[in-house]
Amino acid sequence: MDLSYGAEAENYRSEVRAFVKREWQPGERRGSDLGAYIKNFRHRATNEGLLYRFVPKRYGGSEQPVDVVRAQVIREEFSRARAPMEVGGNGMAMLVPTLLERGTEAQRERFIRPTVEGDYVWGQGYSEPGTGSDLASVRTKGELIDGEWVINGQKIWTSQGGGANYMFALIRTEPQAKKHDGISYLLIDLDQPGVTRRPIRQMTGDAGFYEFFFDNAKTPADWIVGERGEGWKVSRTTLKHERASIGSAASLGAQFEKLVELAREVERDGRPAIQDPEIRQLLTRIEGWVMAHRCSSYRLFSLAAAQEEPGIVQLMMKLLLTETGHEIALAAQELIGDEALLEPPPSGHGKRGPSKWLDQIMGSLGNSIAGGTTNIHRGIIAERGLGLPRDLAMGGE
Amino acid sequence: MMRFHPTEEQLAIQDALRGTLADSFPKERLHELVDGDTDFDKPSWDALMALGLGGLALPEIWGGAGLGLLDLAMAIEVLGDGAAAGPILQHCLVALAIASSASEELKARWLPELASGGTVATVAWGGEWLPEKWTVKIEDGVLSGMVRYVPGANAAHLFLVGTAGGGLALCELEAGMRVSAQHSSDRSRRTATVTFKNAKAVELFEPGDPTVARLFDAALVLIAADALGGAQHCVDLSVAYAKEREQFGQPIGRFQALKHQLAGMALEVEPARAMMWYAAYAWDMQLAEASRAAAMAKAHIADRFVSVARAAVAAHGGIGYTWEYGLVIWFRRSMFDRAYLGSPAVHRARAADLAGW
Ligand SMILES: Cc1cc2nc3c(=O)[nH]c(=O)nc-3n(C[C@H](O)[C@H](O)[C@H](O)COP(=O)(O)OP(=O)(O)OC[C@H]3O[C@@H](n4cnc5c(N)ncnc54)[C@H](O)[C@@H]3O)c2cc1C
Repeated sequence: MDLSYGAEAENYRSEVRAFVKREWQPGERRGSDLGAYIKNFRHRATNEGLLYRFVPKRYGGSEQPVDVVRAQVIREEFSRARAPMEVGGNGMAMLVPTLLERGTEAQRERFIRPTVEGDYVWGQGYSEPGTGSDLASVRTKGELIDGEWVINGQKIWTSQGGGANYMFALIRTEPQAKKHDGISYLLIDLDQPGVTRRPIRQMTGDAGFYEFFFDNAKTPADWIVGERGEGWKVSRTTLKHERASIGSAASLGAQFEKLVELAREVERDGRPAIQDPEIRQLLTRIEGWVMAHRCSSYRLFSLAAAQEEPGIVQLMMKLLLTETGHEIALAAQELIGDEALLEPPPSGHGKRGPSKWLDQIMGSLGNSIAGGTTNIHRGIIAERGLGLPRDLAMGGE
Repeated sequence: MMRFHPTEEQLAIQDALRGTLADSFPKERLHELVDGDTDFDKPSWDALMALGLGGLALPEIWGGAGLGLLDLAMAIEVLGDGAAAGPILQHCLVALAIASSASEELKARWLPELASGGTVATVAWGGEWLPEKWTVKIEDGVLSGMVRYVPGANAAHLFLVGTAGGGLALCELEAGMRVSAQHSSDRSRRTATVTFKNAKAVELFEPGDPTVARLFDAALVLIAADALGGAQHCVDLSVAYAKEREQFGQPIGRFQALKHQLAGMALEVEPARAMMWYAAYAWDMQLAEASRAAAMAKAHIADRFVSVARAAVAAHGGIGYTWEYGLVIWFRRSMFDRAYLGSPAVHRARAADLAGW
């Protein structure tokens, strides 16, 4: 085995590093000035073949051959220089790959470029008040009337719902068809009279997600991805592109490093907590999971680079990440002690002491609900990974 | 070029070992051994050695295959899965120690013997596991002292003995040694107390020689590999049973509670696989982090083995609790892997020290 990227990749790294060093100089820019500078930087990086690599040139991407090693080198170098990568959010992560695989030419031309530019921000309209884990039970209704879709119903828990101007949504358009066959994947403009949005406060106190009410909201007849009734299948589409999985390992590693930092800062029995044997056991016990996760992400990365099947470990990464996140939360709670009694000031408002861990302590819970709950993921590991018989209650035979 | 999954060759070696072990060491033989009074199984020993296990990580000039610790660890993993009996891991470690020494004479004397398996060797580090705590004295080429928990001592002819201050000596079975079997919980790897009274020995490494620490790290990686294989066995056995056993008119594997238990077991084991690879890779590449990675892997994976062995019994019901079904063999092996070379807590404390915390 070999964890070095090889000479070709290291040459490439030098090129990328030189580019970033030359082109990313935000200086003292702030606000909209900085925004414009970032946009311009992204254009130059795209022209250089560094960003939007899986997006064809005609839609504003750089259309590079799939190369997970290069993609990783780029991520590392940008992150080193704290230079902005692609715009984040659901648009790039979910909608664009879906359009590339299943969209019409007109849809791609209409939606991909503004998404890449960051002008279209997308909400993911899957969950409803009556629909969560059982996603195919969506009830929000869409009827084709006089050449456009008329939508009635409600979506909920929409992340980034405050800034979103568009939504990709699962809508029931074929009420007569069987559960999974009656859903369509529709694109909806959120800035219209038929759509009302309301923020929902999360347990951290912030307005992190939104609910949307559709009251005769309209969307053009051809803003449907895939055929009528194919929405379920379309929503399962994921492109095999460069988003191999080192990113989440880096974030878990960073979280753990912060925990170690915390243990150095706070005291226990009159000395830094990190010198306490119990705390050392606690930290290294958690670190075992962090290491297993990191090494497994190397493994998945390597398999992706070799274009081989990822196997069962792929199904485990989310759960491993969130379960370890819980362990980190509990350890942080132990370390911050009485500070847990204090509410931290909102981010961006002055120095935040150890009580800022409250965000992670609660956020770790959100992670194990969003994107499929822990129970749902355990079911997937058991059925798809271990080949156990499907649950009768969930539609097995 | 970046690569962090096994090569075709590594998988082929694992397959060959799995096949050879299954043929030469059928389940009935394992049970016979466990119910008898020895853990040394000549047929499977010979078959595995004939396949090249003893020399896997030895240089080619000594009859080895010239591969690394990673390849050896992947081999040991297969043996952990199959509950191979006797001091195989220790034997390979003694060979590694001699190969790392400066003495061409000792290499010529022992390595071909160990590669072929003609001589059985084992490691005597027990009780006080960490090199700095070893107690046997060596003076003027003779050993005195006592070591507990020596695996395979009944079959071994050559002993790699940990000496006071963290040195290593090589000692052939002789009159100055007494081997007394201990009642061992893991009957596939039984231990003995070995007492040395003026036993002749050669000093292989002086106390403080950095090679000793490296060999100790290698031992940790190998025991982690054994634990990984054992843990995988517990998962596989439980999943297979859940597909076949019926209650309430359906396979028990359809019940969600059991499914989630099994998924939880797999979640402990599968991600640990790459962690074991990493620890072995770090050792082979002599990365600065190698020692720490070995300690972390031993602690984490031994804990996983204990945890899934317990969960496997629960997942089986009554049959899992019996002697006859055999899950108990892996259960007891998990207790061996956890304790042998120091508990997870010991190695986590070391890992914290090594991080400079
Ligand atoms: C921070 C956050 C962000 C989110 N962002 C979005 C978003 O942008 N867009 C969007 O559409 N949704 C979003 N969601 C919603 C999320 O996808 C759902 O909350 C999730 O799928 C669970 O659905 P539910 O809340 O209805 O819970 P339910 O499905 O009602 O589950 C409740 C409990 O029952 C368990 N359960 C349910 N079914 C089973 C079963 N078959 N077997 C065993 N246990 C079961 C669950 O595990 C859970 O413990 C977000 C949620 C959170 C917390």
